[in-house]
Amino acid sequence: MNIFKAILDAFANPIFYKLTLSAATPLLFASLGGLFSEKTGVTNIALEGIMLLGAFSGVMGSALFGSPWIGVILAMMVGVAAAALHAWASINFQADQIVSATAIILLAQGLTGFLLEPVFGKPGSTDIYDKIPEIKLEFLGKGSFLYEMIGSLSPFVYLALILVVVSWLIISTTKLGLRMRAVGENPEAADTLGVSVYGVRWFGVLMSGLLASLGGAYLSVGELGQFTENMTNGKGFIALAALILGNWTPKGALFACLLFGAADAMNEQLQSNPSLAISSSVKPLFNLIPFVITLIVVAGFVGKTRSPAASGTPYEKKG
Amino acid sequence: MPFHIPQEEEYKDYAVVMKGIVKQFPRVLANDHVDLYVKRGEIHAIVGENGAGKSTLMNQLYGLYNADEGQFLINGNALLINNPKDAIAVGIGMVHQHFMLVGPLTVAENIVLGDEPTRMKSFFDLARARKEVKKISEEYGLKVDVDSKIEDISVGTQQRVEILKTLYRGADILILDEPTAVLTPQETEELFVVLRNLQNDGKTIIFITHKLNEVIAVSNNVTVMRGGKVTGQIPTSETTPRELANMMVGREVLLRVEKEKKEPGEKTLEVTGLKVNDNRGLPAVKGVDFEIRKGEILGIAGVAGNGQSELEEALMGLRKKEGGTVHFNGLDITTASPRDIREARMSHIAADRFKYAMVKEFTVAYNIALGRHYKQPFAEGGFLNHKNINAISNELVKKFDVRPTEIQNPAENLSGGNQQKMVVAREFDYNPLCMVVSQPTRGLDIGAIEFIHKTILELRREDVAILLISMELDEILSLSDRIIVMYEGEIMGEVKPHEVSLEELGLMMAGSTLEQARSEAHDE
Amino acid sequence: MTNKKWMRIAIPIISIIIALLIASIIIIWIGEGSFAQRFDFLVKAYTEMVKGAFGNKTAIMNTIIKMTPLILTGLAVGFGFRAGVFNIGAEGQMAMGALTATIFAVNAASLPSFVAIPLTMIVGMLAGGVWAGIAGFLKAKTGAHEVITTIMLNWIAYNITNWAVTDPFNAGGGIPKSPEIASSAKLPNLLTSQASFMSFGILIAITAAVVIYIILYKTSMGYEVKAVGFNPYAAEYGGINVSKNIILTMAISGALAGLAGTLESIGLYYRFYGTLSSGKGFDGISIALIGQNNPFGIIAASLLIGGLRTGSNQMQFVGVPKHIVMIIQSIIIFLVAAERMVMSIMGWNRKKGAK
Repeated sequence: MNIFKAILDAFANPIFYKLTLSAATPLLFASLGGLFSEKTGVTNIALEGIMLLGAFSGVMGSALFGSPWIGVILAMMVGVAAAALHAWASINFQADQIVSATAIILLAQGLTGFLLEPVFGKPGSTDIYDKIPEIKLEFLGKGSFLYEMIGSLSPFVYLALILVVVSWLIISTTKLGLRMRAVGENPEAADTLGVSVYGVRWFGVLMSGLLASLGGAYLSVGELGQFTENMTNGKGFIALAALILGNWTPKGALFACLLFGAADAMNEQLQSNPSLAISSSVKPLFNLIPFVITLIVVAGFVGKTRSPAASGTPYEKKG
Repeated sequence: MPFHIPQEEEYKDYAVVMKGIVKQFPRVLANDHVDLYVKRGEIHAIVGENGAGKSTLMNQLYGLYNADEGQFLINGNALLINNPKDAIAVGIGMVHQHFMLVGPLTVAENIVLGDEPTRMKSFFDLARARKEVKKISEEYGLKVDVDSKIEDISVGTQQRVEILKTLYRGADILILDEPTAVLTPQETEELFVVLRNLQNDGKTIIFITHKLNEVIAVSNNVTVMRGGKVTGQIPTSETTPRELANMMVGREVLLRVEKEKKEPGEKTLEVTGLKVNDNRGLPAVKGVDFEIRKGEILGIAGVAGNGQSELEEALMGLRKKEGGTVHFNGLDITTASPRDIREARMSHIAADRFKYAMVKEFTVAYNIALGRHYKQPFAEGGFLNHKNINAISNELVKKFDVRPTEIQNPAENLSGGNQQKMVVAREFDYNPLCMVVSQPTRGLDIGAIEFIHKTILELRREDVAILLISMELDEILSLSDRIIVMYEGEIMGEVKPHEVSLEELGLMMAGSTLEQARSEAHDE
Repeated sequence: MTNKKWMRIAIPIISIIIALLIASIIIIWIGEGSFAQRFDFLVKAYTEMVKGAFGNKTAIMNTIIKMTPLILTGLAVGFGFRAGVFNIGAEGQMAMGALTATIFAVNAASLPSFVAIPLTMIVGMLAGGVWAGIAGFLKAKTGAHEVITTIMLNWIAYNITNWAVTDPFNAGGGIPKSPEIASSAKLPNLLTSQASFMSFGILIAITAAVVIYIILYKTSMGYEVKAVGFNPYAAEYGGINVSKNIILTMAISGALAGLAGTLESIGLYYRFYGTLSSGKGFDGISIALIGQNNPFGIIAASLLIGGLRTGSNQMQFVGVPKHIVMIIQSIIIFLVAAERMVMSIMGWNRKKGAK
């Protein structure tokens, strides 16, 4: 009985909604990134690694140049660079896309762990640096429910929501979007009409790097202001699950990320609810919830959703 | 009047001149100094066996491959065609054998892809695309619904979309690669009408085919290729299918095999009310009944996509049956697994060789062991018996003339014909009581075709019950004892090969019942 | 897919060399002073690494200790690859195997060694096999991509095992570790040197490699696994039960990973730590790729990575963070995956036609 009351408590708490939005934000960036890549037919499971690189670069920019905004720009550049590696191997050299992506994840973990000491002077985690200031909506009335809910959100949150619309626009209404969809379903057909399959795929993959990296940057300079080793903690994979759950559409990804964000927020609320009296030893088990949900989603929804037909298959230009 | 080879001054009257084309692939010289002369406004056929180099030649004309050597002159102008965009720019369009269409996109989207009308340079103008496509559809009499998705329309309609694709881009020179492979006889006639209309409009048409009667029916001139070289150039009016076949193969060719009279034995395979769904869950086989007796070949005729592959898969346990029963020598095998079916002594030459019949990375020896790899003599107590595997493979490779004879060669290194012979050897060695044979000679050269037809007849002589599924009407007519026609998952009628005309068969393949076909054919 | 046999050995070797070259550049970059001083630093770093890996008896023992679980996780991933499944879940399977084996071993005091040890290993292999089997089952029945499911199972295993040794199964003292196992369950030692010891787990690992080799190349099961990996349609056509094979392959794969974890517990730590499997599962991926999914290649690759890992600990003392090894590893995987990239670099790509 206690737990149901605790859940209701959470729904009545404005912080729950704020947490949902901030937990969904990095997922949404990465998920939209994955969308661009997958739509053109290139699987990119390296989102986890690129997010990590983005998180690292964000703080690095903030520490070395004194401005978190420079960190964000640095993160975008690094994300594109990492994605370029994946693109180069998978597209131009028809490497196995899963293996290439796994290599990038490993590289990201190794590189970020390795550079902690040389760049920041201490291993494991950095000090706290300037982060991107939140956008305060004072007019909502400090202390009100609405204010607590959305009155001081990071600009990243707004950006993520805007990106959902922008992604839809690009994919569904532009010439490039049509070509992306064609290349993702039947690259050979597009090739015979003179569409640059490699070019369109490079665009998709680079966009995934750009967006995933922004998602990682949010975790560091948008939320905590510091970087800790492996701080992405599986979010890149949850973002992939959100993409599948959302049936490879921007709107679907939005709802799926909100769902996962809510699961995360609920986890946090339940754990911090004093009247729930969960022993501290059981609490860690709550951390399982998002992963179990992902597992169920991936297993249960795969048959019912439709991924781009050419996804995961390298395309080789003939002759 | 023999074929006229033009002088340089005359090139401007020729839509396409290709001179001295050489194209080398890692293991084969696909085009060996090939010359092609296509006059403007003519319908020109290129014939040859599979592997003769016809498609390779045309792919270079369309810019998908780049020639190693040689010259291209379009309307007298020498140019380089490095990619499809170049080809499209000089008015060349190509309709491939395997359609290059994007399933989930609409007809209009497919046609304008790569050359899309836009608003503000970036936004795709769907309204204008639809309008323009409708316009050329009406102009050339090629009816299509611009808003339907490709994956929902028929094969004949898809072909019309492919042709419209070329016309949308202002093609004056159309290349069609084996256009009738997927059409019924009637649809083929309709296509010829379209081609003649386009010719009247001033278009030049080059089509690749291996069907000699089509060459005679619609082309003005023919170029014959064999082994990468041109072995004949001749006006259509001055040649016959027999002469063309000889030029294609290089020797006298028997166009039909000799089949002996035989009384079939008792019932072996009995199929009742069989219902099977396709990959999208829609019914593909809608309640089919037939039986095959010992020593009898039952042919199933029909155009691709009418349920044959689903039927084939269901019979061998590779696809779930939604209803009906299958009995094999009295045994109910309706829900049997592929292994059980093979154990019952049914074997299978699959239509899709690459998908089903072989593992291309495995050696020839391992491919021959496939399906019996867990039992004697190929294995014992869970361990493979490599000595036996190799001995049996060597024997079969010799008997069935598979080349090269090296059994440790990965199967992917063999040519299509030899791969098929390997598959036939294996399935034959099962010593089956019943065999499902689907598209056994697709893509093979005449030598391999002759061999496989002989093997099938030998099986018939040994009292094996054979189900022959094929889209080559000649093959069905020459091998079958009885023929049934499948259309949209149903059987339209059963006939004996000498009691039915090609026209009647064609009508049944397009949806008429046997009675309707008979009466319609008589009306003419 | 390379079809030349010598290329299958050459490409990993060249990838390793390129990776080391890039690592050298990184080391030089983080060094200080003039180029000559930095180069000295580089040489010192590599010297320390080799010394740390093979310099003396203790070093060799350490290398072999590191190598043992790598052989098994490499086999786990490599065997999976053969059947066309990408098992990234070796981490989690190793942890679950180690945890269950440890729980059993802690309570095995009343059993004699020749019973306790084999039983413990079986328990660990079963746990790993079941954990992987979940992903295999999901893939076979729903088509769920095993990369995502095994990664999720990794995180779930990590959380479960961590919780297990933090609360119910804790040895006390505030560290997430289990109680020590019964001495009857401890693996006997093969070598000792001063205060260090090395169990004969390495022999078990090598035996496993031989067994997997026999399965893959000599048995019908291996034939079926390979057929399913190359072409599941043709496999089904040939009467092979594809679902069963996928699940079986994942289970065997998981059992190998579980055995890796078990040996770490009964042969090295004598208990379970929260971070026991840390990274070794992912290492299995590099090992399988470098070893080209061949059991003997995997043994060689394990020696390499094991040496790198041991040596890198030594490298820390001269100021090179041990993460350098992860960087080297990832570059190697990247290059092996993009083998055509390596072939291009070496100019081995035959031109397919003028372009």
